[in-house]
Parts: sequence; C-alpha cells; structure tokens
Amino acid sequence: MSIVIKDVSYKYNPGTTYEVTALDHINLEIGDGEFIGLIGHTGSGKSTLIQHLNGLLSATEGQIWYNGENIYEKNYDKQGLRTQVGMVFQYPEHQLFETTVFEDVKFGPKNQGLSDQEATLRAYEALSGVGFPDEFYDQSPFALSGGQKRRAAIAGVLAMKPAVLILDEPTAGLDPKGRDEILELIRDMHERSGNTVILVSHSMEDVAKYVNRLIVIDDGRIQFDGTPREVFENYLKLEEMGLSAPRVTYLMHRLYEAGMPVDVAVTTVSEAKQEILKVLC
Amino acid sequence: MNIIEAIGLTHEYFRRDEEGNVEGISVALDKVDLDVREGQFIAILGHNGSGKSTLARHINALLVPSEGTLIVDGMDTSDPANVYDIRQSAGMVFQNPDNQIVASVVEEDVGFGPENIGVPTEEIWQRVERSLKGVGMWKYRSKSPNRLSGGQKQRVAIAGVMAMEPKCIILDEPTAMLDPQGRSEVVRVAHELNKKKGVTIILITHYMEEVVDADYVYVMDHGHIVLRGTPREIFSDVELLRKYRMDVPQITELAYELKRSGLPLDDAILTEQELVDSLTRLALSGRNG
Repeated sequence: MSIVIKDVSYKYNPGTTYEVTALDHINLEIGDGEFIGLIGHTGSGKSTLIQHLNGLLSATEGQIWYNGENIYEKNYDKQGLRTQVGMVFQYPEHQLFETTVFEDVKFGPKNQGLSDQEATLRAYEALSGVGFPDEFYDQSPFALSGGQKRRAAIAGVLAMKPAVLILDEPTAGLDPKGRDEILELIRDMHERSGNTVILVSHSMEDVAKYVNRLIVIDDGRIQFDGTPREVFENYLKLEEMGLSAPRVTYLMHRLYEAGMPVDVAVTTVSEAKQEILKVLC
Repeated sequence: MNIIEAIGLTHEYFRRDEEGNVEGISVALDKVDLDVREGQFIAILGHNGSGKSTLARHINALLVPSEGTLIVDGMDTSDPANVYDIRQSAGMVFQNPDNQIVASVVEEDVGFGPENIGVPTEEIWQRVERSLKGVGMWKYRSKSPNRLSGGQKQRVAIAGVMAMEPKCIILDEPTAMLDPQGRSEVVRVAHELNKKKGVTIILITHYMEEVVDADYVYVMDHGHIVLRGTPREIFSDVELLRKYRMDVPQITELAYELKRSGLPLDDAILTEQELVDSLTRLALSGRNG
C-alpha cells in the first residue's frame, strides 16, 4: 500500500470565527500503480485533499502514511516526500520561469540533488516523453503556445520521476485535441512506468474514459469510491453534488426507458456503441 | 441590422528581441470577414492560438485592427474617440471569475460598472436588481463573492456586464474553470439573456456541447475563419473538425461511430432526443422487418 489516509480532517482558520471544515474524517487507501480520478464541485475539498498527499498541508486531525511511514513523524523527510509525490497544479504554465524550456525542466531534478549530467538526461527523457518538439528546447517558455507551455510544465514535474503523480485539472483551457493529447500522454506514461496517477477533473467524460477508480468528494467527505461504472450509476446523487454523469450514460438511460434493453451503466462512447449494436443487430 | 461587421480584419503582433528591435511579425487574425446580426447567439470555436481571443478583444476595442475595419454597433473600433462607447455596447466576460470581481459584496460588484460611467444612484440600484435577477443571483446580493461557487461567480461577472446594458456580450471561455453544474448554469444564463432580453451573445468555448444551441458557429484556425454554419452543418463533418483540433459533442460522436458501423443514421445528430428517436425507430423497424 503506497498511501494510507487515516481519519484525516482539515480545518482552515481553526479556532476562529472563520473556521471552515474542508476535510471531514477522510479514510482512503491508494495502492501502487492505480490510475485514480478525483471529482467534486468547486469548493468540495479536492484541492485540499491532494495538497495533503505531498505534505503541503498538514492534517488538523488524523494521519497519513506513505510507504509504511507516518509523514507526520518528527524526523520524516518531507523534502523527499515531495520528490516522490509530484504535483502538477492548475495552470502549471504560470510557474514556468527559466530562460529556456530545457533549463526549466532541469530545475526539478537539479533541486533533487542530481548531477548536471543526470538532470540533463532526465530533462531529455521528460520532454521527449511529453512529445515536446526538440526544436523548441532552447526557446523561452514564454514564447510557446498554450498547449506547449502546458507540456513543458508537466515535463518539469515528470523529470523528477515521481512515484505518485497528482494532476489538478491538467486540461483546463486546452482545445479538444490538446486535451486528448495530454490525457493520452498521462495514460501512456502510467502504463509504461506503472506510476500511481491521481487526476483531478471537472470532465466526467474524461474520467470515464481514462481512470480505473473514481473517488467523489463532497462537503469534505468521500461520497463514492469505485469503478467509473459503479460511481456513475449514482448519477442522480452526483447531480445533487453539482456533478453529472457522462452524456452517453444519460442517453443509455433514455434508451432503456424507451424500451431498448441496453446496459445503462455504460460510461464511454465505445461501450455505448457496442451495447447499441448488440441490441440492434 | 448587423451589430458586428468585420471586413478584412487583420491583427499583427510584432515579435521583438531583447533590445526591442522587431524580429518578426505574427499574424493573429488574417483578413477575417464576419457579420453578426443583432440578437443572434454566436459561438466561436478554434484551437489554442487560433485567434479566437484576439478576435474577441477586437470586438471590445481592447485591440485595434492592423488592417481592415471592424464596426461594432455602428462605430469604427480604430477611432480612439469611440472606445468607451464601444465597450458600453459590447461587454466582455473572461475565463477566470476571480480576476473579474472587484468588490467585497455581490451587489456592489455589479454596481461598479454603471457607477463608473456616471449613472445616477437610483438607476444604478435598478440596474443592479435587474441584472442580478436576470442571472438568478438576486438572493445572493448581500453575500461576499468569495463565498460563491465558480458558476455563481461567473454569473455575477455576467450581471456586472449586464448592468452596463450592453447590446452584445462576449464570453471568452467563461466555463473553462467550472464544474459541470457551473458550466450549465452559465450557458443557460447566456441563452436566457439572449432570448428574453435580446442581447447578442458571442460565446467562445472549447466545450462542443455548449455550441449545440447556438444560431451560428464560426471555426477559426491560424487566424482564419475556416468553417461557418449552423451547429448541424458544422458538426456534420467529424473528420474535418478533428483536423482543426476540434471535436464534436459526445452524442454526435456516438451517432457518427454507429453510422460507421452500418446503422442508417442521419449526419450530425446533435441532441440526446434526436438519437433516442432515431434508435428507437430503428429498433421498431428491425422488429417489424
């Protein structure tokens, strides 16, 4: 078990009149090599939760164990944790700062204490991994298009080879092709390296397509935890939480109500296609 | 009457080196022709860097044409004397709600715009009430904006623009940062303002679903308008759209995939209802035949 969250609660401004409970007794186990989707409306506690995983926030109550070690122990190496649990924040391109793309990507591994040669190697690997065109390696990151900046910023985190990769809405603001490219890239890297991925998203269609396990957070509590099929069966409850099911799931329910014996738990276009063809042909 | 008319609208950005010498020229808009009639609901699609936002900024006179002309509500945007009138005719809502809210109370935020242009106090309050009711945020009028959800903040931002009583509102990816409910709230409000108040809407988005109910759609690529038509016309060529880095709504994609597998379906099915109707008809005829 790589990450165990034990009864974690977090309060902003505890003990003041502005006290807000952002996380309310969260219990979770995240195994090595899982591809997890995390959904919830704005303000549900998603971002607060993921910031606990690399120790940016410390729980008001409860414990977090990473690879069998309590990260709140006095002598625990938090710096080391942050290189193990890599975080790609929302709009990560706002954090690009170096003079060239290549230097920017090298910054993380150098900070980990790797030699210049190793850091260079890591940067090459990460940039080619995200499909970044090599003629732009020496360009200023600020001269790139939105999609390329996003890639460069993600490469900067990947270059540290985190065992756990957390991405907070990595496709917000990207065009449909750019969105698919980034998500496919994350999936390919996950399949190749077996890393753990936690994807925070507002797109139900995207999580249905990519993740194996879907966690729903609302009001600081875990409301659902299962495969996308299992979770999206509760689409009426999800709507009450400001979420929804993928469009095709609604369609399947409508078809079922209209008398077609289709499986309503379908969550992706390719599943829906198979179901409909099975019934019609 | 056309509220927006662009003829050969061109925008060039100068790329400069460290000393400020011009290194080269990027063309963000290349001879764009476009006309929008008053009261239309227009959607603009296009990949990152295709020129959509540059076009939006021209309509709001934040940018002026390098070449060609742009007339907004009868005013030429290249004449500096028109700038303030143009911004009153064409209001703009941006992607990030947190960057657009200035006051610490919802109603004060909405009143900020009209106050700035010297509207009498009494009328400011009337406008604030009308605008907040228009976006369904009246009961939050005395709340602090930072206690609102993303969708609610965007609706307050839209109310702030509405209070200026513009004829046209340009929404530049207003839903990019919102959850599913916030997205549908914002799009619903835009349609309501369009239908009930006759406000011309120009919606820029990367969510294909939000385009389905628009009157007319433009697709941009490399500073050109490459496709124009009704949503049904635009979404009928899935492969072409993908070439422009766009997509189609999920329902349209499913219908397209089913058709490719041999089901006799129409091109460009846009809504759940249409697909349900077509498929149940097929199921019936299959049973009878």
